[in-house]
Amino acid sequence: MSAGGDTLARTAERHLREPWDELGLQGPPAFAYQRAGATFGIWIFIASEVLFFGALFLLYTAMRLEHAADFAAAARETNIVYGTLNTVLLLTSGLFAAIASQAAEREGLRRLTLWCLTITVLLGLAFMVVKGLEYHEDFEKNLVPGAHFALERPATQLFFGFYWLSTALHAVHLSIGIGLVLRLIWKEWRAPGFLFESPQVEVAMLYWGFVDMIWIFLYPMLYLDGRSG
Amino acid sequence: MSSGASSDASSLANPRELDLGLPVSYLAEGRTVASWLFTTDHKRIAILYALSITFFFFVGGAAATLVRLELFTPQGDLVGADTYNKLFSLHGIVMVWFFLIPSIPTTMGNFLLPLMIGARDLAFPKLNLISWYLNMAGGLLTLAAVLAGGIDTGWTFYVPYSTVFSNTFVTLAVLGVFVSGFSTIATGVNFIATVHYLRAPGMTWFRLPLFVWSMYTTSLIFVLATPVLALTLLLVIAERTFDLPIFDPARGGDPILFQHLFWFYSHPAVYIMILPAMGVISEVITCYARRRIFGYSFMVYALVAIAVIGFFTWGHHMFTSGMSPLAALVFSFLSFIVAVPSAIKVFNWTATLYRGQIGFESPMLYALGFLGLFTMGGLTGLFLASVPIDVHVQDTYFVVAHFHYIMVGASVSAYFAGLHFWWPKVTGRMYPESWARFAAILMFFGFNLTFFPQFIAGYLGMPRRYHVYPPEFQVWNVLSSSGAAVLAVAYLMPLGYLTWSLFFGSRAVNDPWNASGLEWRTTSPPPRQNFFGHPQVIARPYDYHPEASPPAEDRRISEQGALT
Amino acid sequence: MFESLIPSFLRPEAASVQAAKVDAIFIGLLLISSAIVLLVVGLVVTFSIRFRRGSPAKRGELPNIVSREFEIGWTAATLFVFVFIFWWATSIEITAYSPPKNAIEIHVVGKQWMWKTQGPSGAREINELHVPVGAPVRLLLTSQDVIHSFYVPAFRLKRDALPYQQTEAWFEATKIGTYHLLCTEYCGTDHSRMLGRVIVMEPQDYALWLTKQPERDGLAELGERLFSERGCSGCHNAGSKVHAPSLAGIWGQSVPLEGGRTATVDEAYIRDSILQPERDVVAGYEPIMPSYEGKLSDGEIQSLVTYIRHGTDRFDLIGSLNLSPAQNICAPGETPQDAQPNQTLRSPAMVPGAPGSGRAQP
Repeated sequence: MSAGGDTLARTAERHLREPWDELGLQGPPAFAYQRAGATFGIWIFIASEVLFFGALFLLYTAMRLEHAADFAAAARETNIVYGTLNTVLLLTSGLFAAIASQAAEREGLRRLTLWCLTITVLLGLAFMVVKGLEYHEDFEKNLVPGAHFALERPATQLFFGFYWLSTALHAVHLSIGIGLVLRLIWKEWRAPGFLFESPQVEVAMLYWGFVDMIWIFLYPMLYLDGRSG
Repeated sequence: MSSGASSDASSLANPRELDLGLPVSYLAEGRTVASWLFTTDHKRIAILYALSITFFFFVGGAAATLVRLELFTPQGDLVGADTYNKLFSLHGIVMVWFFLIPSIPTTMGNFLLPLMIGARDLAFPKLNLISWYLNMAGGLLTLAAVLAGGIDTGWTFYVPYSTVFSNTFVTLAVLGVFVSGFSTIATGVNFIATVHYLRAPGMTWFRLPLFVWSMYTTSLIFVLATPVLALTLLLVIAERTFDLPIFDPARGGDPILFQHLFWFYSHPAVYIMILPAMGVISEVITCYARRRIFGYSFMVYALVAIAVIGFFTWGHHMFTSGMSPLAALVFSFLSFIVAVPSAIKVFNWTATLYRGQIGFESPMLYALGFLGLFTMGGLTGLFLASVPIDVHVQDTYFVVAHFHYIMVGASVSAYFAGLHFWWPKVTGRMYPESWARFAAILMFFGFNLTFFPQFIAGYLGMPRRYHVYPPEFQVWNVLSSSGAAVLAVAYLMPLGYLTWSLFFGSRAVNDPWNASGLEWRTTSPPPRQNFFGHPQVIARPYDYHPEASPPAEDRRISEQGALT
Repeated sequence: MFESLIPSFLRPEAASVQAAKVDAIFIGLLLISSAIVLLVVGLVVTFSIRFRRGSPAKRGELPNIVSREFEIGWTAATLFVFVFIFWWATSIEITAYSPPKNAIEIHVVGKQWMWKTQGPSGAREINELHVPVGAPVRLLLTSQDVIHSFYVPAFRLKRDALPYQQTEAWFEATKIGTYHLLCTEYCGTDHSRMLGRVIVMEPQDYALWLTKQPERDGLAELGERLFSERGCSGCHNAGSKVHAPSLAGIWGQSVPLEGGRTATVDEAYIRDSILQPERDVVAGYEPIMPSYEGKLSDGEIQSLVTYIRHGTDRFDLIGSLNLSPAQNICAPGETPQDAQPNQTLRSPAMVPGAPGSGRAQP
């Protein structure tokens, strides 16, 4: 057997878990099967998440249909600079996540994988920092629904209720993503070679991609509405 | 199912043998508490779930008992109005989210799904353990809300009552349900991946036992409906805790939107409760009728059709909330359509009995009871799907009776059918059959006495969730409350004799019912790795032959052979 | 048509045009369902006996083609039956959907835990609704707080009352008598006591009843003036910034007090609250109200009590529904504002065990 095949067999041994190790398959095929299973599992979970955010977007649609003018007026109060900056940060992080996912499957690209994961995390953290600045500004401008709300029109409160809720939910998801990627980096640091062919990289990156996708929907809903024309 | 033959037949357990001399069972592998709490064995996790849902079943049952006692007279003489409201809310929340939804999937599903498809465990064993912890965390949060002072919104948490007006511990209870939702999603992901990836060689999709199909379709609903509930509950929490205006009508929100989102989950949730029951019944009826299931492929299509169409019928819960007549019409039509596959299943079960070799052991008694009660529950569903009748009986005891026929009459009967059917496999012990038969019959009559009068009271106009009620309804409530007493006894009996059997029951053989499923092709109770060697499936499920001579009367002795 | 099939004690009273139609579908469905139940149970019992274990009945494989034909057969049959029922029920629903143009308009407002109604002439009632027999009545429903549902079993009528939204329903009573009015959407503590009655009268009696609605009470007028002059309204009005309990509609209710006690709002309680406000503080509120001991005469206190009893109910039904003035039909010489709330705040008729409770005597 070639050296490459050997490595593969060893990787398989290291990553293979119950119950996938007792399927009657040997080494690499069993491992490939486990990988496929893990990826399938995260896709099912993402389907579930799509329904979660789908319900949120449905809520937005229903409320915006009812109060179109108020929603446009409220959306003009959000900070489009922060919003756009965050979009750029997150989409760029998605690029590095995708590279990391591909690099982890090839031999000899350990450094590239690690670097890409690190940049992904840093961009994610930068997103959170910008989000924090934006939240701070929103607090200053009294854009929190309640007694001292800054805007006059009634349904603008509804918009900002949705704004806080959806961005907070997205931030929670992103934090989980950051946690997952940090864990991968830590594992690789503890045991070099962990990331190579690990199903966990693809699973984490798919999740990261999903969180990106949600932001792509949130960005026009929260920042662009009311600013066109 | 399959004739259970294996590539390496000699390594399989012989159903004739007692399990002496074989590898230790999953029960014997580690006896410390930690070996249970940190197990990743799907069978042990199933037992953990069984313990927790039994606990919640009796918590919810105790609340129901108090509710029925209070309703014995029209005046409020046992508890006050607020206490009464908290009691029925507790009953609903605990029974729906911490008993009915997890009941069959997390216990029998967890235990049997890998066994039935010839797998060693679920696809993600650690995730499986985590989902039990999430379920417990959710349950305990909700119980904490109850101990702190209770919650009085009903299990539906309708806004704006739950968000603005209720002074009870809504946030805590809703948080509990929210957390348990993650457990449900995790279980769903696990089951789906398991069915897709871990079927034994030869176990094609159309050789899956119907129980596995029912778990698969239930998991689809778990995964696709639960997130919508999670979001809805999150909105309620956000509105109560952070005063975010989402549903508050005073600030432009729309309480009807809540109902749409809530029922988008909660109607499919009804199918979460009934689909697994259908799976159990298909296994039990075929075994005791000694016949292949009638119309296997139609049974599969019916399960899938119910799961899919069930997503589009939620609006029939809202006919009286002022929806447009067109929407009402569409929802009414879809609600009639979703009843067709259910009807097909009833006919197929009935037809399975034809030319059978029918034995009346306790699981079969429960299954036959299921057939009658499910038919009743399903047909009264047609009344509720017709808009004019629904307008009259919506939110009356007619609705209460209808969904109890489905959720208690059908689902709980199926739960007990499955519990008795697989008890020897799970514990390795036989229970006292005559007690079990008596409990099954008592449960059937107790149930009908409790809930049939409620149809009448509801049609006469008695609204649900009434602490005091106009005196002309008393006769129906007295009947119902007396039935509830019978029912309570019937539910306590299995707790007694099944516990007894754990210690004093005779040893069960590997296949005491002469059943054909793959789960019977291993020891009772099975070892940690489920099978000896790698099972291979070579035949269709339900390979029963009614022409063969009837099996021996006493199934505890090991002389009868497999009829495969 | 098949009404006689059901014994009378199992039949709810039917007193509207809609009730007869609903009952017809109900009985039709009941017959179909009973047939299906009998079929299934009959087959299960027959098979169970005939093919019991060890019986000599013939057993063997069914030809595959038969099973497929059976499947398709009963799928088609159930589909046909179900679609037929759907068509039948829906056709009745659709023809009865819109109220006739000449219908009497009645505004209904639900609040925790009472029904307030206002007829076209401005006659206000609480927990009661008087309507003439044989005339279509259109209800416009809304709610002041949570979701309620207006249910009159004898009319087979139910419609949710939603806060800040308006829903509609209509009926035409066919029999004079007194009927239950119930709330069927769970709305909190006294949901089961949110009861009332609908009184169906001969048209001439109804006209007579309309003319007899009492004039507004002078004492309450004085109380209302005092309520704002002495500063009560500064704290106790709904929109006030000060955290003080609203007094609207609290007469006769029981309120929770600090320390877990409760009190029933009656004359003595209100009098005590004005003179010794720190004694019985309502749960959840700070004892911030100053005492009015010596600042109000006995007569003035009496006026205030009368006002709180009858007059705080200033919630404007018509205004709350946001209707155009044209829809605001008034009898000659009367405006909706002139009308006075009915004296009976809680109808005793529906409280269980009360004398004369229940439906009309047959």
